[in-house]
Amino acid sequence: MMAVKKLGAQSVVFQNPPVIAAASSVAGPKEGQGPFGPDFDLVLGDTLNGQKSWEKAETQMLLESVKICLKKAGIKPESVDFLLAGDLLNQITCANLVARDISIPFFGLYGACSTYCEGMALGAMMVDGGFAERVAVCSSSHHNTAERQYRYPTEFGAQRCPTAQWTVTGAGAALISAKGSGPRITHATVGRVVDMGLKDVNDMGSAMAPAAADTIKRHFSDTGRRVSDYDAILTGDLGCVGKAICEEMLRRDGLDLGGRYDDCGVILFRKNQDVHAGGSGCACAALVFAARLMAFLKQGKYRRALLVATGALHSPTSCQQGEAISCVAHAVSIECEGGGS
Amino acid sequence: MKLLLAFAVGGSICTIAQLVVDLTKCNPAMVMVSSVSLGAILSGIGLYGPLADLAGAGATVPLPGFGHALVQGIMEDFARLGFIGLLTGGLKATSLGLSAAIILGYVMAVVFNPKG
Repeated sequence: MMAVKKLGAQSVVFQNPPVIAAASSVAGPKEGQGPFGPDFDLVLGDTLNGQKSWEKAETQMLLESVKICLKKAGIKPESVDFLLAGDLLNQITCANLVARDISIPFFGLYGACSTYCEGMALGAMMVDGGFAERVAVCSSSHHNTAERQYRYPTEFGAQRCPTAQWTVTGAGAALISAKGSGPRITHATVGRVVDMGLKDVNDMGSAMAPAAADTIKRHFSDTGRRVSDYDAILTGDLGCVGKAICEEMLRRDGLDLGGRYDDCGVILFRKNQDVHAGGSGCACAALVFAARLMAFLKQGKYRRALLVATGALHSPTSCQQGEAISCVAHAVSIECEGGGS
Repeated sequence: MKLLLAFAVGGSICTIAQLVVDLTKCNPAMVMVSSVSLGAILSGIGLYGPLADLAGAGATVPLPGFGHALVQGIMEDFARLGFIGLLTGGLKATSLGLSAAIILGYVMAVVFNPKG
C-alpha cells in the first residue's frame, strides 16, 4: 500500500486536516512580564507556585495547561483519546505525573524543545488516520528545573554568557480534534537529526539553527509552497544568535524568509528582561503558539502559519563524554478556518 | 595604603578570572580549579608569599590564596615532620576556611532552608 498522505521526503499532508479546538498557556512570572503577558491564560505569581520544589511546580503548570485547554474546548478528560506530553526533565517526569493525575491514555514524548510540534504532528496523524477523535498535546519547561538538569545547581549561581538562553517557565497544551471549528493542521514536516559538531551548551541557538533551516527548506521543497504562502514562520527557540544563523543559511539556499520570519524565543521576552540571547525550552513555542499564533489564526489576522519547534537532543552525560549537540526541528503548517489559499 | 593595595591586588585577581570566563570557553569550575592550582604553583616558587605580605587579604582571600595556604602548610609540616607532613600540612593550614565553609553552610541551611 502506498503511503498516500506522505508528501516528499519528510512531510505529510492531512486529508481531513484536524482542528486545533483549543490551546492554552500557563506562564511563569518573568514570562508574564513579557510582551505576551496579558494573552496568557494563567500567569504564576512565583516560580514555585506554592509547591515544595520547582519540579512539582512544573508538573502542576503542565497539568493546569491541559485542564484549561480542555475547559476552553468544553471537553472532559474522558472524551480525550490520547495524551501526548513531554518536558525536559529526566524520564520526562512532569509529563508522566500529569498523565497519572489526568488518566488519559498516554504517549510520552521527548523531543527536547521541539516536543510541542512533535506532539502536534503525531496528534494530527492520529486524528487524520482515524485512530483518535481527540488528542491532547502538551509540553512544559521551567527555568530552574532545566538549570539544574542541564547546567549548574541553582544554588551555585554560575554566571551566564551572552549567547546563553533563558529556559522559559511555562506550559502549553492544545486539543487536536477531528471535528469542530478552529485553525487546522494541514501539513507536518518531520525533522531529521542534524549535528554540525557544535559542542557549546551555552550556545544552543547556533547548534539548533541548522536543524531549523533543514526542516524549513525541506518543508518548502516537499510541499511546493513558497515563503509568500505563509503570513508567519516561527521557529521555536533559536534565540537571536540562532535566528540570524538560520536566516543566513536559508538565504544562501535561496530562501528569503524576510519579515514573515521570527523566533518564539526572541519575541517572548522584552529586550530589557536580561535573558541574553532569548528564551528556550519546550514551553517557548507552546506559549507563543497559544498566546499569539492561535489567536491570530482564529481572528483571521494570519491565514496560514508555519510553526517550527527546535530541540537540542543532548544530555549532560553525552556532553561530558564529548558528543556534539544533535538537534531536530519539526514543522506544522496551520491554516485559519476556511483555508489559507 | 594597605587597604588600597588589598583592593588593587584582590580586584586584579578577580578581574583576570572574570576575563577568562568571558573571553574563553572555560567554565566556572575550570577557573576555580586553575586559580587554586596557580596560587599553589606561585606559592611553591616563592612568588605568592611576597604578594600576600604586600596586599594582605587582597591576596589571601581570593582563590589563589587557598592554593598558597595549602602549599605553605605542606612546606611547614614537611620541615617539622618530614614526609608525613606532605599529607598533614595542607588541610591543617586551610582548616579555618574549610571548617568555616562547612559549619556556616550548615547553619545557613538550617536557618534558611535553601532549596527549590
